Amino acid sequence: MDARLGFSTIDSAASPSHPEPVVRLHDFVRSFGANRIIDGLNLEIAPGEFIALLGRSGSGKTTLLRTLAGLDDAGAQDVEVPDSRAVVFQDARLLPWKPVWKNVALGLKGGDIRGRAESALKEVGLGHRLDAWPLTLSGGEAQRAALARALVREPQLLLLDEPFAALDALTRYRMHDLVLSLWRTHKPAVLIVTHDVEEAIALADRVLVLDKGRIVAEERIHAARGERAGLAGRLREQLLSHLGGDHHGEGVLPFARQAEAAE
Amino acid sequence: MTALVIGSETAPPRARRRFSLARFGGRWLSPLLLLLLWELGSRTGLIPERTLAAPSAVIGTLIGMVLSGELPSNLLVSFARVAVGLLIGVSLGLGLGLAAGLSRGAELAIDPLMQIKRTIPALALTPLFIVWFGIGETPKIALIAFGTIFPVYLNLYAGIRGVDPRLLDAAKSFGLSRWEQVWHVVLPAALPSLLVGLRYALSISILVLVVAEQINASAGLGYLINNARDFMRTDIIVVCLMVYAILGLGADWLVRSLETRALVWRPSIVEN
Repeated sequence: MDARLGFSTIDSAASPSHPEPVVRLHDFVRSFGANRIIDGLNLEIAPGEFIALLGRSGSGKTTLLRTLAGLDDAGAQDVEVPDSRAVVFQDARLLPWKPVWKNVALGLKGGDIRGRAESALKEVGLGHRLDAWPLTLSGGEAQRAALARALVREPQLLLLDEPFAALDALTRYRMHDLVLSLWRTHKPAVLIVTHDVEEAIALADRVLVLDKGRIVAEERIHAARGERAGLAGRLREQLLSHLGGDHHGEGVLPFARQAEAAE
Repeated sequence: MTALVIGSETAPPRARRRFSLARFGGRWLSPLLLLLLWELGSRTGLIPERTLAAPSAVIGTLIGMVLSGELPSNLLVSFARVAVGLLIGVSLGLGLGLAAGLSRGAELAIDPLMQIKRTIPALALTPLFIVWFGIGETPKIALIAFGTIFPVYLNLYAGIRGVDPRLLDAAKSFGLSRWEQVWHVVLPAALPSLLVGLRYALSISILVLVVAEQINASAGLGYLINNARDFMRTDIIVVCLMVYAILGLGADWLVRSLETRALVWRPSIVEN
């Protein structure tokens, strides 16, 4: 679809290990007034796949995520998302008037709701703060609670909207490990929206770059997580060049400087 | 204050003791002094009894009125007026605020009327209410109800409309139904604002009570005051003023204890 830019899109549905995609968007368009935010986007996510979506501000990341989360009505367009999905937002968005465990239990159906909420919180290491008020949690703790709230629903699709952008570096690395271990246990398909190239490389099976409402680049990372240090330099440059493009200069500067500094 | 005494081991406790003395002892000093001057003025004849009774005489009258049952029975009548008026006014305010807050259609129908109503001071309606309802209990209760609708309505409506859309998005993303969103997100978010409205309503109800009770009452605090005025019993008037003040304090205490129960999740600003 982006032949003019010279990148190919690998059709994930074609890969034998992932036969039925959980998410399928075909030629998806979303505009506000005359402004096309998403412009003919194609996306398929296989069950259990971990995808990172990179893009500058205004590239349409948030709009795409809202569509996948079912927050915006997709109308009559060709959009398939699973019913069981959950979102972790950049700000944890816990309800301050409910203790942590009730936030996790919010909207849960079925039996032993307290038990399920408790075990989800224990899994993210918050077993000791079940009855705490959300406003007393640290940033990292609040994000853990938000992760527990998402995972307790056993989603087929887990959407992470820049979930660690507001955390300090050390907490962020800890959260990366936590997300990976939760992903390995529960096997949801994950789409993480981020502006951090390092984060994308460290976590994902596949990295997508979104620009002007289209996917302009795609990198599949085959190396095991933890053995990506060697790859990171080359990948980072490749991804950064896509993020930069050639006709929108200034938005790229921070990334470019960071890349130079790291070399 | 603590910043000034760093490095000195004995200074902090002394500083704290002086501070608490100023706070707990000092605040009572000037009112007590005023009472003392008042008593002195009455004893020396500087303040005639028909102008203002002495504090000691007021206390004596208070005890007498409580023991004879005159004060408790009339207080009960006034209390019932406030309670019924508030019940009606707050319920209407709650209903209208909920409707206007949650539905665009209801907002369109209700809000203009409420804004018009806001421009008419409740007390200005007294003559009209007397024409309509006579001079019995009804106009008194109706005035209180009418005066207390608006603060409850406005604060609840604003509270509902001010709910954080990001929290609503989160609730939607977890598949909560419209009703569940209202119950778990919108109403708790509007509660602090509603409690502010309730506090206004309570103080307005006592203000309206004072005026409403001047309408040809045959019982209640207003009746006591009117009678006392006719007989120039300033001691009884002061006792009734004290009771009104205590009613106001009680109302405030009621809402504040409601707040501490309902809003436990808020980190205390005072403690930090």
